[in-house]
Amino acid sequence: MRAYVPDFDITVPDRLDDALKMLAEKPGFYRPLAGGTDLMVVFNAGHQIYKNFLSLHKFQELHGIHVTDEEVEIRALATYTDLRYHPILKAEFPMLCQAAAESGAGAIQNRGTIGGNIGNGSPAADTPPALAAYGAEIDLISKDGVRSLPFRNFQTGYKQMDLRPEELIRGVRLKRKSGRLHSYRKVGTRKAQAISKVCFAATVRLESGKIVEAGIAYGSVAPTVGCCEKLEQKLVGLSLAEASKLDPMEVKKLAGESISPIDDIRSSGEYRLKVAKNLAADFVSNLENLNV
Amino acid sequence: MNNSSLNKVSFTVNGQTIEEEVASWVTLLDFLRERLHQYGTKKGCDHGQCGACTVLVNGKRVNSCLVLAARLEGKEVTTVEGLSSNGELHPMQAAFLEHDAFQCGYCTPGQICSAVALVEEGTASTRDEIREWMSGNLCRCGAYNNIVDAVSEVLDAQKGVRV
Repeated sequence: MRAYVPDFDITVPDRLDDALKMLAEKPGFYRPLAGGTDLMVVFNAGHQIYKNFLSLHKFQELHGIHVTDEEVEIRALATYTDLRYHPILKAEFPMLCQAAAESGAGAIQNRGTIGGNIGNGSPAADTPPALAAYGAEIDLISKDGVRSLPFRNFQTGYKQMDLRPEELIRGVRLKRKSGRLHSYRKVGTRKAQAISKVCFAATVRLESGKIVEAGIAYGSVAPTVGCCEKLEQKLVGLSLAEASKLDPMEVKKLAGESISPIDDIRSSGEYRLKVAKNLAADFVSNLENLNV
Repeated sequence: MNNSSLNKVSFTVNGQTIEEEVASWVTLLDFLRERLHQYGTKKGCDHGQCGACTVLVNGKRVNSCLVLAARLEGKEVTTVEGLSSNGELHPMQAAFLEHDAFQCGYCTPGQICSAVALVEEGTASTRDEIREWMSGNLCRCGAYNNIVDAVSEVLDAQKGVRV
């Protein structure tokens, strides 16, 4: 059952500024709490190692999805429900909507947040591969200001992130560009609501019939999100017809080089590697059939 | 050693104003059952997996075992006890009775709260969609077919009103 609960404390500041000051004064002391759909499970199971939660839910600065002509900014406390039904995300970044739709049931989607999904640092999280594939930027806020970096560089190791103790995840930004094709595949024990064995997010962007950008990323098959840079480079400059005729064995080889799946309670490394390679080959060979 | 502070919160449960000091670790589920003695909301897994503790917070369904009471300032909570009005069952409660949508009944309050939210969300119209959107509520007795019948009836009746 639960841990020794009197050891556990929560602070609920009204203002973000106050929270950022608290984080700076006691680095590493607080664990930010967003929707609680993961941290509370661990708490109820008696395995929670963090004793001092800092509730973020009152900070309006961390809520919402903001759209400009150039980009979509998703703030950290946007829930899976917010992502799933957002009209611009559905039209332009559908892999994020699909990731949200396949994470947990309705009640979980109402509480779970993208900031929590990122901040937990799990390599099995379902939105990070989509964020990496779309080339998202992540914004981190502290009392000294906002620091931005490519989402791809944010995870540095298993549950390790380029996140300083005094920083909070403010949100992610996605560049709006036309001509994208998308393919998101989650392979788990069930179709949805099970943690992924392999998660695959891939997008290419076309200009004048040629691929000018490619983003291909995996979840659950490496200590961090696994980005297939060699395969991405291979696709750039090709037409969809040329790309779809690439040798599947070569595609699989390139995809396999960027990941290092392991055996764990959900699957075996061998199965994951095979499925991951197949998903990449399937994506490339079907490029002509994807809808813009 | 007790490091935990008491948190003063004010929120409503089924329209009744609650102003209490709650310890940090108290979940909404435990608050409902142990402080308010409202036992309609059930504790199944206490891990956010089974859905037996589903309640509505500001009209949205949530697993009350994963919500800390200390974070409920200003919120409106509705439990299965708050669905009926003037002695009349909520249409979803009546439909569950009509279709015998349970066996042991333990998951039923969560199923009903979840189904009420599902109708409000407006995302499901087919039986398959009802199944998908009710998938966070497990029924050990396997009354799923009858649960889908009950939800479907309420959805159809609502469509009738809309048309």
